[in-house]
Amino acid sequence: MNKNLRWKLLTSLAVFVIFFAVGVYPLMAQHFQLPIPGWLAARQLKLGLDLKGGVHLVLRVQTDDALKITTTTTSEQLREALKTAGITVSSIAVTSPTSFHVEGIPQEKDGEFTRLADDQTSVNFQRSSGAGGSYDFTMRPNIAVTMREQAVTQARETIDRRVNELGVAEPIISLYGQSNDEILVQLPGVTDVARAKEIIRNTAILELKIVEAGPAGSQEALLQQFGGKIPEEMEVLQGAAASGDSSFYLARKVAGVTGRDLRAARATIDENNRPAVGFSLTNEGARKFGKVTGDNIGRLLAIVLDNRVVSAARIESKITDEGRITGTFTSQQVADLALVLRTGALPAGLTYLQEHVIGPSLGADSIRSGVTASLVGLLLVVGFMLIYYKLSGVNAVVALIFNLVILLGLMAYIGATMTLPGIAGFVLTMGIGVDSNVLIFERIKEELAAQRGVRASINAGFSRVFLTLLDTHIASLISAAFLFQFGTGPIRGFAMTLVIGLISNLFTSTFVSKTLFEAVLSYRQTATLSI
Amino acid sequence: MQIIKTPHFDFLRWRWFAIGLSWLIILAGAAVIKTKGLPLGIEFSGGTIVIVQFDQQPPDPSVMRNALERAMPGEGQNAIIQRYGQESARQYMIRVPDVGAEAGAGLSEKADRVLAALKAGNIGSFTPAGREIVGPAVGQDLRSKGKWAMILSLLGILLYIAFRFQFSFAVGAVVATIHDLLVTFAFLAFFRYDLSLNVIAAILTVTGYSTNDTIVIFDRVRENIRGMRRDNLYDVVNKAVNQTLGRTIITAGTALLSAVALFLFGGEVLHGFAFTMIVGIVTGTYSSVFIAAAIAVIWQSWVKKPGKMATSAPAASAPPTPKTRKPGRRRAS
Repeated sequence: MNKNLRWKLLTSLAVFVIFFAVGVYPLMAQHFQLPIPGWLAARQLKLGLDLKGGVHLVLRVQTDDALKITTTTTSEQLREALKTAGITVSSIAVTSPTSFHVEGIPQEKDGEFTRLADDQTSVNFQRSSGAGGSYDFTMRPNIAVTMREQAVTQARETIDRRVNELGVAEPIISLYGQSNDEILVQLPGVTDVARAKEIIRNTAILELKIVEAGPAGSQEALLQQFGGKIPEEMEVLQGAAASGDSSFYLARKVAGVTGRDLRAARATIDENNRPAVGFSLTNEGARKFGKVTGDNIGRLLAIVLDNRVVSAARIESKITDEGRITGTFTSQQVADLALVLRTGALPAGLTYLQEHVIGPSLGADSIRSGVTASLVGLLLVVGFMLIYYKLSGVNAVVALIFNLVILLGLMAYIGATMTLPGIAGFVLTMGIGVDSNVLIFERIKEELAAQRGVRASINAGFSRVFLTLLDTHIASLISAAFLFQFGTGPIRGFAMTLVIGLISNLFTSTFVSKTLFEAVLSYRQTATLSI
Repeated sequence: MQIIKTPHFDFLRWRWFAIGLSWLIILAGAAVIKTKGLPLGIEFSGGTIVIVQFDQQPPDPSVMRNALERAMPGEGQNAIIQRYGQESARQYMIRVPDVGAEAGAGLSEKADRVLAALKAGNIGSFTPAGREIVGPAVGQDLRSKGKWAMILSLLGILLYIAFRFQFSFAVGAVVATIHDLLVTFAFLAFFRYDLSLNVIAAILTVTGYSTNDTIVIFDRVRENIRGMRRDNLYDVVNKAVNQTLGRTIITAGTALLSAVALFLFGGEVLHGFAFTMIVGIVTGTYSSVFIAAAIAVIWQSWVKKPGKMATSAPAASAPPTPKTRKPGRRRAS
């Protein structure tokens, strides 16, 4: 055996051992309870949702919500500033998520108004003047884009925290699609879909607001003292239907304390031993809360969650850093509410676009079918190769197994997930591997038929087919690349398997297979080849 | 062992017949799609699928349909109710075309109503085994993405082959690939398989597979052109198809073995995938032998003087411009 050949054999063997250890041994260890080092077990090939069972959700972040909050806050700040400066305007109204409109600015105050307005709004808004002392303020496009991005990122992070608190193992939470406002959430093993969905979607915007009027049985009764009109800086809030409160409250639009000021939230009980959520505030929040409660002793403080008043209690004394949300909650609701408050509010509402629930039995069925199909396919192909190519067929089968081991090993190494289409990708890789061997073997046969020697025929077969293999593999890689681009979860798994399979196949069919031929020839100088 | 010993079939003689046959299948497919439509998978059409697992022998689908119809008038008729997986699994799939309100948590409302209707129908105890709900926005998004993946993938292959071989080959390969796509769609329409994401994956795979086949033949043509410059392209191509015939048959055969195994044992989810693969492997093989090579020859004869190739044409009749391709001398780059 010459030195070159020994080197090639060693390389092949090393590659096999490494990929076997990474890709195949952990699976065997799990199945047969063999010892395995922890770092290797951690690299084990993961099963996709379609095989393991679980929930797959696609949500859209209503980024308009986040912009509207900024627009409202800015317009309210402008209102306060105008009031302080003694400029009276007839109305300030939010006209769309990204714009608001100011009307009835007295002519003589115009200069003062624009100076003040630019002071308050020019960072985020563009001002354009309309007829009769009116102005439109529109959010700058680049600011709007950034804010939308921020809202989506924040939403993703919030969902991430909530899912972690739920204790789901190996969840996937990622941006999805090309519209940049969709989020993919995969929760393996979760069965209570409704609860998971509710916890994820709960915006949990907590606001503590002083009640200006109410509670009243109807909106008309509430607004009687204001001449039936809602004062511009205020809004009407309804009691939360869940706690059986259908009253109406009038409160300021801008809250004294919000969920951002929370330091912690936990499940507790109120003085009547009913489940309640206790919360504590940050230093800054406590300072604000102290001022609000101190200034308003004797008035009602509403705890507003997602624009619904969950409870309204009379302020007996100045409160600083602790509070409690009471209402008619079950202990499960309290636990979930504490969870969402703890993990922070969502910057915007969410809607569900897609929901896919795979029961564990369905997943197990799919695994069984997929594995059975792959094995049957493999056996059929192996049988055919051995019958048709005789001893050279053994060579092809070894190359095929090599290929599958490398494929499994690489997938485990890069942390890819095994999905059902991924199994299909395995089958396809098998097909491509066989094709490469067939191409080479048929070529060797041709060369043998042309009366070249065995060694010369094998060399010619491999070298002539190499370019063909390169071309076919690159063309397939081009398709696989687009598949990957286009694909969502499972399809990507398929494309990924295919790409890895193509690369490893190029190696096994040209290098490993040839080395095997050479090794056999170096032992036995034969005049004929079993092919 | 050898399947065919040095064959000498005149494949190109059948080129017009093959093209005619393909047109026939494609037009028939188009007619079916035009009249009955192409059934879309839920990922593309949107809708609600509920999979239920019965504890005992499942009731007849018509019983389930009636139960749906009673609780949700008008819905039962439109629902697709099918056995899911093996008969022994006792699973049924119920698909209704729409979803609950997309806003808020209402998306799954329809699924809940279907389950409630089945429960109210008192048709035997069952547990929900899974469900899939796709809002309309997702489907639209996917449709456009799928289209672009297809177009870009074809363009990529066209450019690659034009770069590695010559333009007429690229035309042949791309026409063959489009042919495979259309024929596959025709068969999906004939056999009423849903066009799902998995099927799209299979179609794209088959595209790659067919190109694979085509490249193997073209590669041989390229090699042969070097050896036999005097022959015209017709003979060169015919010879290449014959030389690679053994490989073509064996490869198609083994790929078909795998695909059939997937079809028979792969379970419900892979059914459409495997069917598409089977159709694709057959048409892909057929098209690379009968269509791709034929189109390359036809294209060449349209662009150049009919029959003879540029290399063998006398310089007087076709003064070579710098742009004239000379396949015979063009080495692989």
